Amino acid sequence: MTTFKKQLASVVMAAAMGAGASVVYAEEGPIKVGVLHSLSGTMAISETALKDTVEMLIEKQNAEGGLLGRELEAVVVDPASNWPLFAEKARELLAQEEVDVIFGNWTSVSRKSVLPVVEELNGLLFYPVQYEGEESSENVFYTGAAPNQQAIPAVDYLMNEIGVERWVLAGTDYVYPRTTNKILETYLMDQGVAKEDIMINYTPFGHSDWQNIVSDIKDFGSAGKKTAVVSTINGDANVPFYRELGNQGISSTDIPVVAFSVGEQELSGIDTGPLVGHLAAWNYFMSVDSDANYDFIDEWIEYTGDETAVTNDPMEAHYIGFNMWVKAVQKAETTDVDAVKDAIIGVTVPNLTGGYATMMPNHHITKPVLIGEIQDNGQFAVVWETPSTVAGDAWSDYLPGSRDLIADWRAPMRCGNYNVKEGECGASAGEQAKAAE
Amino acid sequence: MSIPRWLTFFLMVLLMTTAGTVSAQQQDQTPEALLEQLADASPRDTEAAIKAIATSGHERARAWLEAYGNNRISQVEATGRIVIVLNNRGRDWEVADALTGENLGEMSRRDLDRIAINNAVRRQLAGVLAMLDLFAKDVAVREAAALDLLGKVDDAIVEEVTARIEEEPDAGVRNRLEEALAIYQVEEQGSLDAIEVLSGSLHPRARAALNSAVASEDPARKAAAEQALASIQQKLRLNNAAETLYFGLSLGSVLVLAAIGLAITFGVMGVINMAHGELIMLGAYTTWGMQQLLPGQPGLALILSIPAGFLVAALAGIAIERSVIQFLKGRPLETLLATFGVSLILQQLVRTVISPLNRTVVTPEWMSGSLVINDALSLTLNRMYVIGFALLVFTALMLIMRRTRLGLEVRAVTQNRAMARSMGIKATRVDIMTFALGSGVAGLAGVALSQLTNVGPNLGQNYIIDSFMVVVFGGVGNLWGTLVAGLTLGTINQLLEPWAGAVLAKIIVLVFIILFIQKRPKGLFPQKGRAAEG
Repeated sequence: MTTFKKQLASVVMAAAMGAGASVVYAEEGPIKVGVLHSLSGTMAISETALKDTVEMLIEKQNAEGGLLGRELEAVVVDPASNWPLFAEKARELLAQEEVDVIFGNWTSVSRKSVLPVVEELNGLLFYPVQYEGEESSENVFYTGAAPNQQAIPAVDYLMNEIGVERWVLAGTDYVYPRTTNKILETYLMDQGVAKEDIMINYTPFGHSDWQNIVSDIKDFGSAGKKTAVVSTINGDANVPFYRELGNQGISSTDIPVVAFSVGEQELSGIDTGPLVGHLAAWNYFMSVDSDANYDFIDEWIEYTGDETAVTNDPMEAHYIGFNMWVKAVQKAETTDVDAVKDAIIGVTVPNLTGGYATMMPNHHITKPVLIGEIQDNGQFAVVWETPSTVAGDAWSDYLPGSRDLIADWRAPMRCGNYNVKEGECGASAGEQAKAAE
Repeated sequence: MSIPRWLTFFLMVLLMTTAGTVSAQQQDQTPEALLEQLADASPRDTEAAIKAIATSGHERARAWLEAYGNNRISQVEATGRIVIVLNNRGRDWEVADALTGENLGEMSRRDLDRIAINNAVRRQLAGVLAMLDLFAKDVAVREAAALDLLGKVDDAIVEEVTARIEEEPDAGVRNRLEEALAIYQVEEQGSLDAIEVLSGSLHPRARAALNSAVASEDPARKAAAEQALASIQQKLRLNNAAETLYFGLSLGSVLVLAAIGLAITFGVMGVINMAHGELIMLGAYTTWGMQQLLPGQPGLALILSIPAGFLVAALAGIAIERSVIQFLKGRPLETLLATFGVSLILQQLVRTVISPLNRTVVTPEWMSGSLVINDALSLTLNRMYVIGFALLVFTALMLIMRRTRLGLEVRAVTQNRAMARSMGIKATRVDIMTFALGSGVAGLAGVALSQLTNVGPNLGQNYIIDSFMVVVFGGVGNLWGTLVAGLTLGTINQLLEPWAGAVLAKIIVLVFIILFIQKRPKGLFPQKGRAAEG
C-alpha cells in the first residue's frame, strides 16, 4: 500500500513539476544551446572554429526571429582538450545550465567520455566530425561521416579511376585510424588485394620526423604496381609528413596520398605548392561551386572579420545539424528532448554542396562523398563525387563483430545495436563506453 | 635546326593521336577553338584536346598547358571567355585573358567555372610538356625533361623519343632517354635487351619495370630481370645505409638544437625550465612574423630571423627569470611547477593573440628540394641546412663558454657561488645573462624548426620531453655530452624505425635511456671533480 501511495505521489509531483516547468518555458526565457568545444589545449586548433560556427548560426537564427518565438542563447564551456573534463562540462551544461541541445566534441575519446552523461541526463548531442562508426546512441546525432561515407568511396575511387593496386595505410596510433584501417584492410582483401600489397603503418601523435617512413613508402611504391597512400594521420603531424613527401620528391602523379583528416584548416598551415594533386576525401569542400556555399562563406568571413578565414567539413556538419535541430523543434513545437528525438528522424535540410541531407533512423545523415585535389592556393578542387548521397552506416559491413548489427531509433525497435541474427538489442552506447573505461 | 625537328614532332604526334580524323581538322583550328575544345572536352577527349594545343605551335600553347596543369584555367560563366587565373586566393580572383594575356583585373569566383583536371590527365600533360622541353636549348632543361619522361613514354610518343636519342648531343640526356625507352620496352613489349639497359639503374621507376618483368611467365625474361634486380639491390643496400645515417644525423641535429639551450639553463644553472619548449615556439613565431613583415622575401626573412629569434626568446627568458625563477632558487620542485604554468600561459597567449591555427612559414627556394647524389640517394636540403646550423650554434656556444669572460663567470658561479661572489663577480647578473643565453639558443632552435615542422601553439610541447631526455642522457652540465647524446639518440631512433615502427622505436629508445640512467646516473659524460659534488 505504502509503495503504491509513494508511486502515486511521485507521479502527481512529476506531473505538476513538468506542467510548471513547461509553462515557465513557453512564456519566457531563451532556448539554451550548449557549445562543448575545446578553446584551449591541443584540440583548440580545430575546435575553436566550430564554436564560432555555432555562435554564428545562433546569431543568424535570432536575426530571423528566433525559434518558437523565443530567442536562442549560446552557453559556451571550455573542456580544454581534456577528455574527462568533457564529461564534467557536459554534466554542467545539462544539469546546471539545463541546455536544450549540445553541439560539440571533436575526438572520438571525448565523445566516448561524454556518452554516458548525455544518456543518463537525456540530452541531445550533435557530433560534427568524421569518425570510425561502430556506435549509435539514442541521444547523439552523428552529422559527420561514417567510414562508408568517406573511407570506402575514396578507396573505390583510387581503385577504379586511378587503378591503384598497392596500398599504404598510414595513420596516427589511436582508435579512429585503427578501426578505419581494419575496415579498409578487410574491404581491400574482399576486393582481391593480396596481403603483401597492403602496408600498414602507425605513428605517435604529433610525429614530426617522417624521413624513414616516407623513404619506406617510396620503396614500397617501386614494386611495379600503382601505389597510393591512404592517410588517417591526424592533426599537426600532417605538416611535416607532407613537407617530407615534397622534399623527397614524391609527387602526386607517382604516389598519390588520399587523406581523411586533412581539410582546408590544416592546409592553411602549409605551403601547398609541392602538394598539388594529392587528394582528400570529405563531404564538403570550401571550393564547392554552389550558391549556398558562397553565401555561407560570405557570412563566415563577415562574422570572423578575417578575409582569409576558411570553412571546412565539420563546419558544414554543424550547419546541417543546427538546421536539422531547428526544423525538428519547429516540427515538434517544443524543445523537449524526447519529442525532438522523434521528430528529427526523416528531417531533410539543404547542405552546402547543392543537395539535401536527411536524418536517418540510425541517427546518421545522408551525405555526398567528394574527392578533392589539393591546389596551390590551399584549397581543394573536386575531381570526383558519388552520383547520389550516401546514407551513413553506424555498423560497418566489413568488421566481423558488427556485420549483423543494425541501429534504428524509430518506434518499435528503438535500439542502437540490434543483432539481426540473435534478435537481441545490446547495451547502449553509453553503457559500452562506460564499461570500456 | 630545331624547326624541322619541331615539324616532324608535330606530324608524329598527329599521326599517333588516336582520333586520326579529328586531328586532321585540328591543324587549321583557331586558338579560340583549341581552348574551347579543351574547355568542353569530356574526360575521354581531354587527351586529344591537350595534344591539339601542344601541336598547334601557338606561342602561348605552353602557358596554357602549364596553367591547365595548375588548375588555373577557368571559363567566365556569363561570356564563355577562357581566362587564366593569376591569383586564386580569397573570394575575388585576378584573371588574364588566355588568348592575349591581357590582365582583366579581379573577378568573383562565383562567376568562374574551373576547367577540371585530375591526376591521370596531369600525368599525360607532364609527358607532353616534357616532350616539348626536349627541344629546349638548355641542357639542364632537357635533362629534367628526360627524367620526367621515365615511366611516361607511351605508344603516342615512343617513336619520337627514339628519334630524339639519335639527335641528342648530350650523353647524360641520351642515357636518360634510353632508360625511359627501356622502361617502356620492358613493360609494354617484354623486350629482353631493354632489361640489360635497366640493370644499372637505381631509379624507382626502373625497379618497378623490372619487378613487373619478374612477374612474367617467360623464364628467360624472368631470369634476366631477377639478375638485374639482384645487382641493383647490392647497390641499393649501400645507399640505404647512407640514407639511414643521414636521417639519423638529421634527427639528431634537431634534438641537439632543441636541447642545447636547455643544456645551459638546466645543465649549467640547474634550473628546471618547463617553458623551454615555449621559448622554442617563440623563435618559430618570430620567423613567421619576419616573413609577414617582408612579404615575397622568405629567404631574407629567415636569415634576419636568426638574430631576431635569439633576441625575442632571450628577452622572454629574462622576463621569466626575473618574474619567477629568481624567487625560487634552490627549490627545484616549485621551479618545475611554476615554469610549467608559464609554459601554459605562453601557449594560450599565442592562441588568443595570434590564432589557435598553425601559421604558414614559407621555405625559401634555396632550402627546398633535395641534393641528388644518385637516383636512390638524395639528401633533403632543408635538413642539411639544419644539420649545419646545429653544428654552428654548438661551436658558437662552446666558444662563448670557453673563451669569453661571460663563460668564465658562468662556470665560476655554477661551481661555487659564494666564492665567485667574494671574488667580485655579480652573481645575479651572471644568472640573468646565462638564462638569456640559454633561452636565446632555444629561440634559434625555433627558427630552424619552423622549416621542418608546423608552427603552432603546440610546437614546444613536442620537444620538451626530448630535450630533457637528451640533456640527462648526455650528462647534466656538459655541452659535449648534449651533442653526442643528441646525435646518438637520433641515429638509434632512425636505425630502429624501419623494423620496429615509429611508435615502438620511440618506446625502445626511452627504455634504453631508463636502463642506461640506472647504470650510469650521471649520463654519458659525468662532471668530474669538485664541481660535480657542489
